[in-house]
Amino acid sequence: MGLTGLAIFKLLPKTNCKECGVPTCMAFAMALASGKATLEQCPYVSDEAKEALESATAPPIKLVKAGAGDNVLELGDEQVMFRHDKTFYHPTGVFIEVADNADVAAKVDEINGLVFERVGQKYEVDGVAVVNASGNADTFKDAVATAAGKTDKVLLLVSEDAAAMEAAAAGLEERKPILYAANADNYEKMVEIAKKIGAPLVVKGKNLEDVADLAGKVGYKELILDSGERETSKVIADLTQIRRQAIKKRFRPFGYPTIAFTTEEDPYMEALQAQAYVSKYASIVVLKTTELASLLTLFSWRSNLYTDPQKPIAVEPGIYAIGEVTPDSPVYITTNFSLTFYTVQTEVEATRLPSYLIAYETEGLSVLTAWAGGSFIGENIGPWLKDSEINEKVNHKQLIIPGGVAAIKGKIEELSGWEVTVGPREANGISSFAKLKLGA
Amino acid sequence: MPVQILKEKFTGTVQEVVLGATKEEGGTRSNTVKLGGSSTLPFLQYEGDIPNRPVIALEVLDIKPDWGEAFEPYYGDVWSDPAAWAKKTEELGADVIYLKLAGADPELENSKSADECAKIVKAVLENTSKPLMVEGPGHPEKDNDVLQAVGEAAAGENIAIGLAEKDNYRSIAAAAMMGKHCVIGRSPVDINILKQLNIMIADMGVAPNKIINDPMSSGLGYGIEYSYSIMERARWGALIGDKMMAFPVVCLAGPEAWRAKEAYAPLEEAGPGWGEQKPRGIMWEAMTAASLLQAGGDLVLMRHPEAVKLVKKHIDDLMKPNLY
Repeated sequence: MGLTGLAIFKLLPKTNCKECGVPTCMAFAMALASGKATLEQCPYVSDEAKEALESATAPPIKLVKAGAGDNVLELGDEQVMFRHDKTFYHPTGVFIEVADNADVAAKVDEINGLVFERVGQKYEVDGVAVVNASGNADTFKDAVATAAGKTDKVLLLVSEDAAAMEAAAAGLEERKPILYAANADNYEKMVEIAKKIGAPLVVKGKNLEDVADLAGKVGYKELILDSGERETSKVIADLTQIRRQAIKKRFRPFGYPTIAFTTEEDPYMEALQAQAYVSKYASIVVLKTTELASLLTLFSWRSNLYTDPQKPIAVEPGIYAIGEVTPDSPVYITTNFSLTFYTVQTEVEATRLPSYLIAYETEGLSVLTAWAGGSFIGENIGPWLKDSEINEKVNHKQLIIPGGVAAIKGKIEELSGWEVTVGPREANGISSFAKLKLGA
Repeated sequence: MPVQILKEKFTGTVQEVVLGATKEEGGTRSNTVKLGGSSTLPFLQYEGDIPNRPVIALEVLDIKPDWGEAFEPYYGDVWSDPAAWAKKTEELGADVIYLKLAGADPELENSKSADECAKIVKAVLENTSKPLMVEGPGHPEKDNDVLQAVGEAAAGENIAIGLAEKDNYRSIAAAAMMGKHCVIGRSPVDINILKQLNIMIADMGVAPNKIINDPMSSGLGYGIEYSYSIMERARWGALIGDKMMAFPVVCLAGPEAWRAKEAYAPLEEAGPGWGEQKPRGIMWEAMTAASLLQAGGDLVLMRHPEAVKLVKKHIDDLMKPNLY
């Protein structure tokens, strides 16, 4: 990545010793350039060359890890500006602030309790940001200790007072908290604290130049960047510049994950502000609100944005039982596109009539797309249904199909011997359909 | 360390389209609304111009909608009267009125005739002062009749009519040209069809400054990322000089957001962590709108007045200058 084979060749010993397993240094250089070999295979490479090559072959944005155990948060290591160019890899970490002079235990309990579930996904807050609002080192230390005892989530320690940070961070080696923040005045001490416990450190500038300057000179690589900007449109500009320069110019001081803080007081405005930062490249966003509607919608957006555009999201094809099914239970069929499936499943559940739901293999396409593409059609479903296990599960032969593909009814009936009922076009019509037609 | 701001060197611009006509321009609108015109990525003013901020259109139907209780307090007293409803959306902050003639659907009992639709459009125009967009019932033949009559009834007002799709664009584009209106080209979340349809509409002789794109949105949680990426790709295409991807984009935040159970389900049917319906519904719509804005939406179609307030304020923040 970044360097051509020829450029790499110039940095190699050029002895053709073959100890790397490749006949010539030139061939080895080509292998390195295409990512098929690693530098460790060469026993004679100079330290100088090593450094030059490592920085040239490193990913444009460093992968930084925070937290411990089941709560390790991976940040950075993104490769593109737009999700359609490839995909976005590491979803923005959502953190919530707790002031050290507030009731820390109660607030952390509240954050722990924020669990959202929809369409088969579960969303939880990634981290707790303990803020040294009191300005007092002891208060901060106690608050951090309380938070650490109350939650396994990733901790973000917010204090630019190096002495307060040192006291609070002591004993947290195991937790790998994120330290916030090193600035032009305190960075030497902050780096020392971060190194001691192996923690990621945020460098906070007054602007882009300042943060580049700091990131370049701190002599520590577990970094996260904050340009210091807080106005929405300017934060977006800064985050875009950092990402773009890291990816397109391989500007090393910007080759790290980023963090953004919301400023809006209204919890709903705050969620929209956070959304803009999630969309435009923040690796972590720190909010104040615990409002359910704000977080549910923010998490849903994050989940959408970080969906891999190269593969449709699908559920395992098969026959799903919803509720306490019996041989008399009705049988619905839809595709295995997960959004379609979960939407239908939720609605069938809501009818409170135990039912079977078939997720028919369409390689993750929605009903109409799969119908148009020729996978969700009678010619396929009919023969499948005829031999399906569903015949042993129920004592009837009545299938409910989505209303949008009423046209496939005849072919299914002809090829399966089942009787087909055309259901509603939209999933939200299932409850009235079930009431009217199935006596739910 | 000096940091050289890295600017993309774009050669293209999103086409600017004007909606509405004032008295001087032969219409009766109090003001016109300009869509598009950007020569940069969304909200990155430091590398190009964003002459027009994204605008909000509010939905009006010609029949009582099945929007449920969440909307009753806002529109319950007007949703049997489209002209009064349209007036109300202006009071609630609509920059543009978006009238959907759902009542002309031939599958409905008492389906409205093209003449009746034309009368409704006239009444709406008489009772309001903001630019108007009109969507037909979504039935190929009926759309032709209805939109032609609407185009005639709104002569001089520079409204937008649609939806012109791949299979029925001819008559709708013709009706738009006839009445000197704009045409809304609808493509099904597909960048190739989007471009192809624009080429076909332009080939008929529709002027570029009369074309608006509806690339079809999905709501938050239900495929919005597809819309987001199609819009990002179209905007990128526009900026690198592809004029057939460069038309202003409409986002259907309101109608799509409120299809989701997460928006409308009452607390007793809500999933874990969802909380009360009211803030959830408002935020589901606002978040849908805000997300699509980040991909380059020029006009957002919305429903809930509280969501409109949030999104307008959010646009204020996004439009603050960010020059280096």
